Amino acid sequence: MINAVGREIPDEILKITGKEGYQGKNYKDNAEFTRGAAKIHAVVDPTRSKLVDNIHDVLVKCGIKDGMTVSFHHHFREGDYIVNMVMEEIHKMGIKDISICASSLGKAHDPLVPMIEDGTVTSIRSSGVRGKIGEAISAGKLKNLAVMCSHGGRVRAVESGEVHIDIAFIGAPTSDEYGNLKANGGKSNCGVLSYAVADSQYADKVVAITDCLVAFPNIPASISMTNVDYVCVVDEIGNPAKIATGAAKPTTDMRKLRMADYCTKFVINSPYFKNGFSYQTGVGGASIASTITLADEMEKRGIRMGFGVGGLTTPMCNLLERDLVDVLVDTQDFDLGAVESIQKHPDRHIEISASEYANPFNKGAYVNKLDFVILAALEVDVNFNCNVVVGSDGVITGAQGGHPDTAAGAKCTIIIAPLLQGRIPAICSNVTAVTTPGETVDVVITDYGIAINPKRQDLIEAMKDVKLPFCTIEELRDQAYAITGEPQPVQFGDKVVGIIEGRDGTIMDVVRQIKEFEF
Amino acid sequence: MMHPNKKRLRRSMMFLNCQKPGLIKDPYIYKPDSIMLDLEDAVAENQKDAARYSLFHALQEIDYHGVERVVRINGLDTPHWKEDIRVCVAGGADTIRIAKTESAKDVHTVEEHVLAAEKEFGRPEGSTLLMSALESCKGVLNALEVCQSSERLIGIALSGGDYTKDLQTVITGTGVELMGARQQMIMAARAAGVQCWDTVFTNLDAMDVFEEEVKMIKMMGFDGKSLVNPRQIDIVHKIFTPTQKEIIFAEKVVREIDEKKALGIGVFTVDGKMIDIAFYDGARRTINLAKAAGIYEGDL
Repeated sequence: MINAVGREIPDEILKITGKEGYQGKNYKDNAEFTRGAAKIHAVVDPTRSKLVDNIHDVLVKCGIKDGMTVSFHHHFREGDYIVNMVMEEIHKMGIKDISICASSLGKAHDPLVPMIEDGTVTSIRSSGVRGKIGEAISAGKLKNLAVMCSHGGRVRAVESGEVHIDIAFIGAPTSDEYGNLKANGGKSNCGVLSYAVADSQYADKVVAITDCLVAFPNIPASISMTNVDYVCVVDEIGNPAKIATGAAKPTTDMRKLRMADYCTKFVINSPYFKNGFSYQTGVGGASIASTITLADEMEKRGIRMGFGVGGLTTPMCNLLERDLVDVLVDTQDFDLGAVESIQKHPDRHIEISASEYANPFNKGAYVNKLDFVILAALEVDVNFNCNVVVGSDGVITGAQGGHPDTAAGAKCTIIIAPLLQGRIPAICSNVTAVTTPGETVDVVITDYGIAINPKRQDLIEAMKDVKLPFCTIEELRDQAYAITGEPQPVQFGDKVVGIIEGRDGTIMDVVRQIKEFEF
Repeated sequence: MMHPNKKRLRRSMMFLNCQKPGLIKDPYIYKPDSIMLDLEDAVAENQKDAARYSLFHALQEIDYHGVERVVRINGLDTPHWKEDIRVCVAGGADTIRIAKTESAKDVHTVEEHVLAAEKEFGRPEGSTLLMSALESCKGVLNALEVCQSSERLIGIALSGGDYTKDLQTVITGTGVELMGARQQMIMAARAAGVQCWDTVFTNLDAMDVFEEEVKMIKMMGFDGKSLVNPRQIDIVHKIFTPTQKEIIFAEKVVREIDEKKALGIGVFTVDGKMIDIAFYDGARRTINLAKAAGIYEGDL
């Protein structure tokens, strides 16, 4: 079938997955379903200890066996030791056919590749895969289809029972012996544990792994003892230097500063920029720079933000320091400034779960209340479809993260992308893969000019007297092609190696096996 | 007849290393008035030919959207300048910046080779403009003869680094070491009816000091400044953009002078200030600057 973003989804894939093609952003509005449920083993005996000596023993206690689904969170980002620690033990035990359900996987998890090759890991569901895992999937090495999902889409799958987690492994910066978990106060602080919350509620077995055991009760806890079966203490759960570093130095790259300046001017001239507005931004240099200049404009004009949503960095937390925002709601911390902020302002910098953040299948998530979201993209096409997962060489190399969720929710979705990424046009006729549908994207800001989605005549009207270099998306594409030439399409093989899942569980696009370019 | 671009607006003249494709592919997005593609100091001695090669193709292939394309060639004391000139003219550069000019003779030497190249590559004779960088005490002292040396010469630029070395001092940040050269050069340029540009400011962490310097050189009468980073462009343009009050006053001056001239009146007052024909060019310049900044909405 051809889905609503014009992508052909092979019937065979629809059959294997039991899914529908993408039909539009509100297609599943009011969907009725029964939530999934975890199988619980009650802890009645007060003398029972949850402490287990090592990963091997905890795997045995959890009844690890072939074909199980295990889950992980990515709050430790590229500093994560948990995934490899657990998977290496599973590998050693000779277990096969494991499905990994991770909130994201990165280069830190390159050691999984041999496990993909020998059949230890046969399915992956993740918001993104970078590094060698992406290359392995694109080379067709994973036995089953990889499912690339958004943060909201992953929680939807877990809570709706589409994915059933057998064992959730939750790296916790601190835990008490009974499994109250916090993201701070230990050696590997990550600020929040938002992505692990649903795992703790919906997995049959929940294992906390910590390198900092603290006195009971470790509260207020991000994850409660009521959901945790076992606590395993190890030497190190992560590399703090790669979990959260100091705030990135604000960019001095004029290209990014120019795009940031355009973005701020657009935001302050739009009808949504008024007291109490809400805002989320990514972690790209231009996005961060625009947050910094926006803060100055807010101060100058006496406009306050009602709430900010994150993925947070220091510049967003500085809004709180400068008292320019009422409250920050937080699902992930990208630098030390953000990790410190949530500890310093427990009343105004609040941890939320991934479901509260972005799940389309609960009774309302924060993304639905966003006025602005500022995002980046690898590619944007003339239909405003974005690609944030598949590189222009066809290899899986990125993550949806909250991109499709926030774009679908926000009243004004702004994409910042340089017209050219090196010699590759970022604005093109057809994106390599659609990850975020164009109907949810309102504005594209490049270093060469700004295009407003023609579906947003209200924004076009609001900007008619604003001095910014507005043009059409086709003009941007034409400028890019005038410089680089029109790129030839990437050559793919026939085999589908993964699907890009829409946040509502439909299929947005498929990713095919990569093929060597033939001249 | 004067070259139509000889007196075009040149507030911002940004240096770019010819060897960096990422830099030279699209500097026009930052909207400088001129770019100065550098074959001289930014290019290593053994890379001059490679830089010329990329320069030629950039000049031929890239649409710079009306930004003036100046090329800084190597000094006349090097083995490179003659080939530099051939490549500039063959590629179709708008203007050649002569490094280390010390006399009218230097300009004549370059002019001779430019003319030969224009003939060689079939470019209209006189189409390539020249500008001179003054980088020594001798050059600065000879500013007037340099300014008067050629019809092709659009103006002179101070090169503060080499000049202060020659003075046996350094760039102090106070501007005191450049005071004499700046005054001498702007007077020479105005006496000869050409333009004059200030030297680069290289400390990108001190944008506030840069801004003060731009304000000062504008007050001194300079047409603009050589720049090393696109972040500096908007600041220069902002300072060289007249205020609404200045624009309204300039409009009145132009209209009144045109009107009064027809009536045979030479001196009169506008908003209480005494005005005569001597104010005409200045008022026109204000309106042109307002147009360049995209803020002029009148019909003059």
